[in-house]
Amino acid sequence: MSAVAFESVSVSAGGKTIVDGVSLEVERGEWVSILGPNGAGKTTLLRVLAGTIGFRGGASLDGRRLGSLRRREVARLVALVPQSPVVPAAMTVSEYVLLGRTPHLAPLAQEGAEDRAAAAAAIRRLDLDELAPRELGSLSGGELQRAVIGRALAQAAPILLLDEPTTALDIGHQQQVLELVDRLRREEGLTVVAAMHDLTLAAQYGDRVVLVDRGRVVAEGSARDVLTSERVEELYGARVRVVDGVVVPVREP
Amino acid sequence: MSAARGHGLPAVAAPRVGVPWTLVALATLLGAVLVGLVVGPVPIGIGEIARSALAHVPFLSVTTPLDASQEAIVWELRFPRVVLGALVGGMLALSGASYQGVFRNPLADPYLLGVAAGAGFGATLVIAYGPEGVDGYVLPLASFAGGVAAVLAAYLIGRSVGGGRTTATLILAGVTVAAFLTAAQVFVQQQNSDTLNEVYAWLLGGLTTAGWGDVLTVLPYVALSAAVLLLHRRTLDVLAVGDEEARSLGLDVTRLRLLLVAAATLGTAAAVAVSGLIGFVGIVVPHLVRLVVSSSYRVILPLSVVVGASFLVLADVLARTILAPAELPIGVVTAFIGAPFFALVLRTTRSSA
Repeated sequence: MSAVAFESVSVSAGGKTIVDGVSLEVERGEWVSILGPNGAGKTTLLRVLAGTIGFRGGASLDGRRLGSLRRREVARLVALVPQSPVVPAAMTVSEYVLLGRTPHLAPLAQEGAEDRAAAAAAIRRLDLDELAPRELGSLSGGELQRAVIGRALAQAAPILLLDEPTTALDIGHQQQVLELVDRLRREEGLTVVAAMHDLTLAAQYGDRVVLVDRGRVVAEGSARDVLTSERVEELYGARVRVVDGVVVPVREP
Repeated sequence: MSAARGHGLPAVAAPRVGVPWTLVALATLLGAVLVGLVVGPVPIGIGEIARSALAHVPFLSVTTPLDASQEAIVWELRFPRVVLGALVGGMLALSGASYQGVFRNPLADPYLLGVAAGAGFGATLVIAYGPEGVDGYVLPLASFAGGVAAVLAAYLIGRSVGGGRTTATLILAGVTVAAFLTAAQVFVQQQNSDTLNEVYAWLLGGLTTAGWGDVLTVLPYVALSAAVLLLHRRTLDVLAVGDEEARSLGLDVTRLRLLLVAAATLGTAAAVAVSGLIGFVGIVVPHLVRLVVSSSYRVILPLSVVVGASFLVLADVLARTILAPAELPIGVVTAFIGAPFFALVLRTTRSSA
């Protein structure tokens, strides 16, 4: 059974179609990267998956129809790492990671021993031990990204959504974060769906890429097959050369 | 911290008010209540009040050292006033803290969505047009209804524009409603200049006429409102990460925001109905707790209740003694004492952080 199955999913807002009849299957344990120029609908697709916006069409998570699941149930299946998370500056890292337990708590309940243990395990897993008592506002970009992933891990959802997880990071931290996600995927058996900005990194991580443009799927498959210089030039309005599966921007001579 | 690595998992604890802060807060409240009972034009000592209190407990066979008029002063004048001050102060501080959490806006106060303007308009109508002498009953009712109606109008306008999904439209709708009702209130007030003083006295707030009747009037609203808000203290911590993320964590953000705004509004309107408009408590007390103790709403909400209650009881003592036998509006005292005190706290905590 697939972790994610979309059947002609559409989303409109303000009379504008943002996602237009997207069908997509993601297998359990797979890493699928969603690529496309700005405004292509990548983030909206992730929001449909996270159950935070309405849509038309059929979508199921772990074989259960998204429309029939309560919000809490969706949150137990899917954890979202947003592109620019809202950061309560004075909250500590451990308090923040504990918030990931929200869908597992009874309404109005506080975290119990099991929740604290899950958060502690997530903190250890992401090597956040020393940062745990620190306030979020004092963290660097890479540290903060790890804290957000820690919160998602504490959520204990089998599907992890990442919205452009490397945008604010330097090249070293980009690699570290993606390696971390890949390690978690292998060791915890997570399914990863990531909206990616960087075509080179998208080609290096993950099993499959899905290229979207103006709300539609343009191509999908291995990065080597999908990311041809013609396609990238047309969709992104860029000038590139593809060298050994790596998209390299070039300047006009 | 690093010593813990490799042995066992890191310590993780949900934020809560610890025992020391609980004791400090309760001791402060107890002190404020005692000051409120002792201070007044008729000197009555703490010991006498304590023995009189014990005399009210059945089966103790303690006789009160106070004469009948002193008994009445302590238990029918000062005590209900202290209790009402505590209820109003605690409620305003709790509502302010909740509004700040719900709207993720540090400048939010309990009057953000128009409670004050609506209550002021309702009260002014009664004072200006109501028959002589009905004020005692009708004034609280009119201000309560005005306050609730104003927030309801703001909510409906905000929802019709923004679908209830964003807080900015709701706040703008509140500002709009408040501006309109304030204009209407000033119009009625200027048209009936003979009642100007009475209107102003109400607008500036006070506990002058407080009796057990007022306490019983607000108690059910304040209790219900406080229970709902305090039970949702963790929810406010989750809302701190934004609507989208709170939804992805499984919360029904729109419904919860409506519930929390409704609860805070109900409590605030009840408080305003018996005490008029008392500013500053709702915004300063939560920030005081936030700066000194913790930024978690699981700490801010419960401590704001106790600190707000203590603060208003003490402010009321000053309001009725500084110009005795005349009384200062309590809102003047809360701002006059609260503002410099808060500036001091802001300075010391920010420079040490």
